[in-house]
Amino acid sequence: MGFMPALVYFSAFVMLLVGPEQGMAQGAFADHRYTSEAIEAGSRVYVSDCALCHGTNGDVVDGVDLRRGVFRTAESDEDLRRVITTGAAEGRMPAFNLSLVDLDGAIAYIRAGFDPEGIAVKVGDPARGRAIFQADGCASCHRVNGQGPRTAPDLSEIGLVRTPAVLQRTLLNPSAALLPINRPVRAVTGAGETIRGRRLNEDTYTVQLIDSEERLRSLVKADLAEYEVSSTPIMRPTALSSDQVADLVGYLLSLRGLP
Amino acid sequence: MRTVRHVPLLALAVVGLLAPHHVGAQVTYDRILNASSEPENWLTYNGTYMSQRHSGLRQITATNVGDLESKWVLQNQVFGAWQSNPIVVDGIMYVTQRPNDVMAVDPVTGRVFWIYRHTPAENARVCCGANNRGVAILDDKVFMGTLDARLVAIDATNGKPLWEVEVGDVSAAYSITMAPLVVKDKVIVGVGGGEYGIRGFVAAYDADTGEEAWRFYTIPGPGEPGHETWDGDDWEHGGASVWVTGSYDPDLNLTYWGVGNPGPDWNPGQRPGDNLYSDSVIALDPDTGELVWHFQFTPNDGYDYDSVQVPVLVDIEWNGVPRRLMLWANRNGYFYVLDRVTGEFLTGTPFVRVNWSSGLTETGRPIPTPQPAGQPTWPGNQGGTNWYPPSFSPLTGLFYVSSWEDYATIYRPEESVFTPGRAFLGGGFDVLTPTPGAPGVGIGRTNPINNWTDAVGHGTLKAIDPRTGEARWTFEQFDVSDGGMLTTASDLLFTGGREGHFHALDARTGELLWKASLGGQIVMAPITYVVDGRQYVSVISGHTLVTFGLRD
Repeated sequence: MGFMPALVYFSAFVMLLVGPEQGMAQGAFADHRYTSEAIEAGSRVYVSDCALCHGTNGDVVDGVDLRRGVFRTAESDEDLRRVITTGAAEGRMPAFNLSLVDLDGAIAYIRAGFDPEGIAVKVGDPARGRAIFQADGCASCHRVNGQGPRTAPDLSEIGLVRTPAVLQRTLLNPSAALLPINRPVRAVTGAGETIRGRRLNEDTYTVQLIDSEERLRSLVKADLAEYEVSSTPIMRPTALSSDQVADLVGYLLSLRGLP
Repeated sequence: MRTVRHVPLLALAVVGLLAPHHVGAQVTYDRILNASSEPENWLTYNGTYMSQRHSGLRQITATNVGDLESKWVLQNQVFGAWQSNPIVVDGIMYVTQRPNDVMAVDPVTGRVFWIYRHTPAENARVCCGANNRGVAILDDKVFMGTLDARLVAIDATNGKPLWEVEVGDVSAAYSITMAPLVVKDKVIVGVGGGEYGIRGFVAAYDADTGEEAWRFYTIPGPGEPGHETWDGDDWEHGGASVWVTGSYDPDLNLTYWGVGNPGPDWNPGQRPGDNLYSDSVIALDPDTGELVWHFQFTPNDGYDYDSVQVPVLVDIEWNGVPRRLMLWANRNGYFYVLDRVTGEFLTGTPFVRVNWSSGLTETGRPIPTPQPAGQPTWPGNQGGTNWYPPSFSPLTGLFYVSSWEDYATIYRPEESVFTPGRAFLGGGFDVLTPTPGAPGVGIGRTNPINNWTDAVGHGTLKAIDPRTGEARWTFEQFDVSDGGMLTTASDLLFTGGREGHFHALDARTGELLWKASLGGQIVMAPITYVVDGRQYVSVISGHTLVTFGLRD
């Protein structure tokens, strides 16, 4: 049984992000995902038009790894559409004259990580996503490139380590995405101090965490009066529209660490 | 004359209890400047800017040292000798592991808060192991140099990178293995690559932005003083690396750096001239990088006698007059005393057998006596000592250093062609052994059975009186020793060696008070610190970091 965070510290953020039930959010997003038919169509387009240069795994061209969402300049689906229809890299990537269905299919196949059974997530505009990140509460817990608090996981490199599908799932249903190590911890010391924070490491006898005041703490369990780990994340399902979530995913994918 | 703070045990305990056991306080430049006034922390690679590796702590004493027990062990996840020097700041230890990881560790339990991982470029090249010797800290940032010659600033709280800059060209085999030195608002590092024909330098970077503030080349270019000590284009690839952390005198506003060997290493005939500033100590202004003075220990070195030892700064009386001095047991086998205001040579005495030189002139210049082809040179290629940090105790007035005795090398100089990024050695060498083909000694112990034996060399811990250059006492070991030194205000000396023994000795007499067998070679100095009123001593042995404290 987990505990509910009761700190004033989190309340503003929680209010901003409390949204509809998970099922509703997922339903609202259905029309903004690419369909499995599109992904399947895209796989055929890829094999006939793209694989010759990009390779079966999408990683033959230097600096590009299509399956893992690594592109030279493109970030959003609109960017990909432009690169495919107008060409890029001084002609080394030629322009392709695809039908709208094939074009969407190719993007869906790329966004699904070349998995015909996978889920392709719509990726929006990173600049709009950045504004949403700043304005809608993400930045009040998460840190990016040295800005923001350290209490929640740092997202500076999140675009390197998460797929669009996982990012979208995290936004819609944080409980289903919270990594166990990051679970919130509440401890009461023998002296009566209550410590809340994010777990960093744990063993049989001790636990290490970053507390709500951004301090690294190492606690000996035998010295604690109370110790709880919650499986309920501080983060709540988002109430943002599906287009806004796509923009946010676009922004998060653009976070690839130091230049 | 500098006075040493005697911190009563009770006061220390109070400090420890009051000090919050977490990161929060900022490590300001003022704190680093006055590091000796907070002995519960170990704020820089060498402990303080004076680099004496002498701690004001005195909870562990000759009386209770027998009650030391292992509190925790942290294993390196990567194979290879672990040469890192941890720092401890307000209850957090920062230590690096191979190749370029930084870990934030709870110094009470050894549990890890976070790991920052830098993967060096595949073409990174180092002569002697993928070593990193540790980090520097300023405010809320931790700084690490990398094997691919980059400098990274890391958030001290969450381990995330804040900036990263290229210091040297990795494709030309520039590398960084040293812990940086922070002075004021700058992070200062030097580069390795003396076996690859680099042109060495020391460079300073703005701690906030990573912007380069200055760069001092350890080989003068055309038109610069000292350039005439090189022939033709030899200066372009003459080595003179800087791979051990320097020292700083805030009153003189001078940083001091030991400079490595000229290249190619073993063929001095290929690079005629003194080859400045190889095998020298250089005094640089930390604000501008300007060279204020230099002293060269080994001109036109043909023996790989890097002068990368830690410059140990002491304020003691010299012939009855208080002076600002620098003590230096050099790889070339001489123990030097220099005036650190001017670089003036005061004295130099062999501390091991020396036959490459018959003595030093009045200005400290060696009188060369190169040995005939095929004949042994003392000390051998690894030197009378090397990079491992010595200690000076202001209480005993003695300088403690690991040295290699009865160890010689037969050099085979050959012409080398310089190719950027490739080894540039100028021949090779053999360790002198009693019978041809018998096992010798080199960098690192490679066998749990000592089948080379003391017949090819052995280790001696020397307690040198700087006034005479003579050892007040010695502590003999069967194998050679790369152990660094730590002394405390309770007159304890902690050190180890290749055999994996960790020793506590009486710093005044050299009496062995306590030992523990840690199983792997000890190639870095121990450190000591206090958390929650308890003093700890940490040392790395083989692949493990072991921390000792008094039994509860």
